[in-house]
Amino acid sequence: MDKNYVRMVMVLGIIGAIVALALANVYKITDPLIQKNRKQTIKEAIKEVLPEAKTYKHKTVKEIDVYIGLDDTGKKIGYAFKSEGPGYQGTISVMAGANKELTKLTGIYVMEQIETPGLGARISEDDFQKSFRKLNIEDIIEYVKNKEPSKDNEIKSITGATISSRSVVDNLNKTIDVLRKALKNG
Amino acid sequence: MAKALAKEYELGKDFSVGLWSENPIFRQILGMCPTLAVTTSVINGFSMGMATLFVLFMASTTVAAIKKLVPYQVRLAGYVVIIASYVTIADLYLKGSFPAISKALGPYVPLIVVNCLILARSESFAAHHPMHRSMADAAGMGIGFAWGLVLLGGIRELFGNGSLIDYKIFGANYEPMVIMILPAGAFITLGIVLGLINQFSGKEKMVKETSCH
Repeated sequence: MDKNYVRMVMVLGIIGAIVALALANVYKITDPLIQKNRKQTIKEAIKEVLPEAKTYKHKTVKEIDVYIGLDDTGKKIGYAFKSEGPGYQGTISVMAGANKELTKLTGIYVMEQIETPGLGARISEDDFQKSFRKLNIEDIIEYVKNKEPSKDNEIKSITGATISSRSVVDNLNKTIDVLRKALKNG
Repeated sequence: MAKALAKEYELGKDFSVGLWSENPIFRQILGMCPTLAVTTSVINGFSMGMATLFVLFMASTTVAAIKKLVPYQVRLAGYVVIIASYVTIADLYLKGSFPAISKALGPYVPLIVVNCLILARSESFAAHHPMHRSMADAAGMGIGFAWGLVLLGGIRELFGNGSLIDYKIFGANYEPMVIMILPAGAFITLGIVLGLINQFSGKEKMVKETSCH
């Protein structure tokens, strides 16, 4: 009985030790790849929303990831910022670009979402993302249902996915508000 | 010679039962969580199938190799640790090399740990059979699971999105049946496919069984 007990502990201990060693090594190999992918996604997202920027500087403003877009001569041309918030099923993470006065959006790019496939997930489609281009953000962004937007601060929500569309708009409004106040105060 | 042939036959049988007659999805109804959750498209189904195949094959091989060393009382604890480590390896590999697929499968790759198919094969087959037979069994079961996921993913993608492997089949005028991609569509598809398979293959069995009387 006693002997068996010792053996149980030993076997489980050895299995655990081998597994830990193996996992540590696999992690060491894959972690740089995972980090690279993450950076690549951000880089692509910024390029998508702020196409004129040649380089960018990363800055954290009130917990918002802000990337200041610079042109060839190092002049500031706009901001790309991450806007995260709740969606219908989970967090929606959007990269948005705006001009340096924060009056117009230059584009948005949905980086992460787990909305309903075929409905809410359509926020990742080009048509929806493109509708944010040149959107006036001096006031808040609004959305309209089942009709074409008539004002320059309106987007059309996706049919059957109002909540997901609204979440993107709400999250953007909140982030832009925080960002504007923070940037105004230096 | 005859012995070698018999052995080969045994191996072939171990491999082939998982493909059809004891298919994990359609016969054993095992691993329903990923079956229902990730089969929204062919690619998702295929990737999930491959990840599961990898974990199942490696876990079965390992379990078969060390089965004599592990005391009976702690065998399940040992198996789960082994399975979990292979799952973590698969998850990290997908995240590192196929970020898009990893994103689409979401939490379902880590959840392979609790896919009862893997523990079931480790416990009911690999723990009692030699290594080469366990490998054949795991490969058959894994491929059987994978083709099941691809089939379900194909049906759901075709009707729910009008495409197959992202290639539009029905053209632009097709109004997708969104329900097929939603969770309800998974149950509907699985139910219909299971029913059809039982309809076509169950009858023979029933005839055989009744003829025994």
